[in-house]
Amino acid sequence: MTPLIEAEGLTKHFDLGRNQTVHAVDDVSLHVDQREIVGLVGESGSGKSTFGKTMLGLLDKTAGQVKFQGETLPQSYAPGDFQRHAQTMQMIFQDPYSSLNPRMTVGEIVGEGLRLHTSLSGREVRDSVAEWLERVGLNAAHMSRYPHEFSGGQRQRIGIARALIMKPEFVVCDEPISALDVSVQAQVVNLLGELKESMGLTMLFIAHDLSMVRYVSDRMAVMYLGSLIELGQSNDVFFHPKHPYTEMLVGSNPEPDPATERARGRTAVRGEIPSPVNIQPGCRFANRCPKVMDVCRGTTPELKNVPDPEGQERDRLIACHLY
Amino acid sequence: MNTLTDQVAPTLLEVRDLEVEFDTYGGTVHAVRGVSFDVHAGKTLAIVGESGCGKSVTVQSIMGLIPSPPGRIVAGTAKLRGREIVDGETIDGDIVRGSEIGMIFQDPMTSLNPTMTIGDQIAETLQVHRGFSHGQALARAAELLEMTRINEPRRRARQYPFEFSGGMLQRSMIAMAIACGPSILIADEPTTALDVTIQSQILDLLRDLQQQNNMAIILITHDLGVVARMADEVAVMYAGEFLETGTADDIFYNSAHPYTVGLKAAMPTNRDESEQDLMPIDGSPPDLFAPPPGCAYFARCPHAMEACQNDPPPAFPVGSGHATRCWLHHADCPRRTEALHYAAPIEGGDT
Repeated sequence: MTPLIEAEGLTKHFDLGRNQTVHAVDDVSLHVDQREIVGLVGESGSGKSTFGKTMLGLLDKTAGQVKFQGETLPQSYAPGDFQRHAQTMQMIFQDPYSSLNPRMTVGEIVGEGLRLHTSLSGREVRDSVAEWLERVGLNAAHMSRYPHEFSGGQRQRIGIARALIMKPEFVVCDEPISALDVSVQAQVVNLLGELKESMGLTMLFIAHDLSMVRYVSDRMAVMYLGSLIELGQSNDVFFHPKHPYTEMLVGSNPEPDPATERARGRTAVRGEIPSPVNIQPGCRFANRCPKVMDVCRGTTPELKNVPDPEGQERDRLIACHLY
Repeated sequence: MNTLTDQVAPTLLEVRDLEVEFDTYGGTVHAVRGVSFDVHAGKTLAIVGESGCGKSVTVQSIMGLIPSPPGRIVAGTAKLRGREIVDGETIDGDIVRGSEIGMIFQDPMTSLNPTMTIGDQIAETLQVHRGFSHGQALARAAELLEMTRINEPRRRARQYPFEFSGGMLQRSMIAMAIACGPSILIADEPTTALDVTIQSQILDLLRDLQQQNNMAIILITHDLGVVARMADEVAVMYAGEFLETGTADDIFYNSAHPYTVGLKAAMPTNRDESEQDLMPIDGSPPDLFAPPPGCAYFARCPHAMEACQNDPPPAFPVGSGHATRCWLHHADCPRRTEALHYAAPIEGGDT
């Protein structure tokens, strides 16, 4: 498999002034193979969304680089770069209520990309919009309606149609289902799955629902406070978490099964995610970690390959001094 | 509907056939359409359902938080420790709020007053309901913050909501809700806005407080994982009605209503590494301006029959304390075996 898109040492800092820097994403390297879905999980404030946006060029990179099909993308996008990549990379946003312009009709919203980036005629754009609305389970007649006339699940479908009408190769889905009800989540996830099959999409799927990420993605990446701390096959990471933070995340993921929950007992989750301003050296999880050692407070652990004890040679990267 | 479980725990609240409506410019919304439930001391009742199904309106009406007009209770009774609290079209909130029932809300970031310190907001409850002096109330507020495991409670009590994280705000809300020692705590989606790790801490805290004070909890949620973790009794709500009620084990392992079965199949489980496909529930809930004449779930139900379209199903008992509003469970229903088929433990309930 060749990576379609590859981040190397990607870093995004926000300068707050007065010598304060938010380390939103720090030195994260992650590739996504052709037709692969990589799930990215972590608590809010761990830098998942910033990573996705920086990968797409929606935010300038502080350091590091992103390669798309072997081509290094610019550190800071000029308008022409967006123009060029609109048809290869797209994003589906988290909040279906605030990510659609309330003053545009659905037809205008979904067709805007085609109007700006292709030379299709107005009629062709309309036909394509109609086709896509049908494809995501809406109706071509919905084109003349406004976003407020739709439910949350329907709006998320509009957001999906808007991104996929450009026939991108790579899509960042930023919490595409967390604002939706359970029954509708399944509808949207299955729709994404079908479209992935039919279009050969490659996706970065950002979410905090671990069960859903395990279900959707091939590999799972865990971020904490701007760094990537564990990466592996989804089932491996979920069922055999190695990093103490991943253990804590999986251990607090509620299962829809009373017997499992009764057997679980109390979860030993300590503290909350600290502020990402002016991070000190050492492991970022040290102050919450139940297995903390002296070395953790001084030296930052590197992400390294930890072979599977059962001998199955599956890539597993962990940033922890225990391994 | 049947009373829910073992009768050892005293019944604190008995709600029968509660109906709540709202008048709007678009017509009358039939938000709650005849729900009945009991709340027992020391037990957790979870009301689970999708957005817009009437979960929040149900509990808000009990708290006297429904503005009237436009809202009104059109039918039903609610007895708190045997005393009727429905008065005309409303419930007088002053009788129930504070000492009898406390409530925490979904979004702690917007539910607290940003211009008051956390300590003052907790103290206010005690001053209003208990007649504490400001100084006494503030001292008690710090103790309450300590009970909800906030570090340095005295210093924290002097801070404003923007200085707190989401998890700490929810702890402060809990401190405020339990300030007057209520016998019932209503938690309306208490952890929906929080990360799973913080959710876990808050749920542990709620359970500890419940055990210490023998408090009843009414937990409103759409997350079946949270239900499995917390609930003794469960009511599955849809379009203003309880479609199924029973113990947590009944609901998860002997699901009797097609909607409950559908909800479970729409969620990924992590039983093993194999992945069964997610089965979405097609369609969307009915319009509560004009609720369907028959079963509310008719339009989306894979087992729908002729009878379901026009005749609302009554609550059929399925087991002790377990009941469902579904015609498939009628003794004469020719397709009853269908219902019995999925009512059998499909997911290996080993209880």
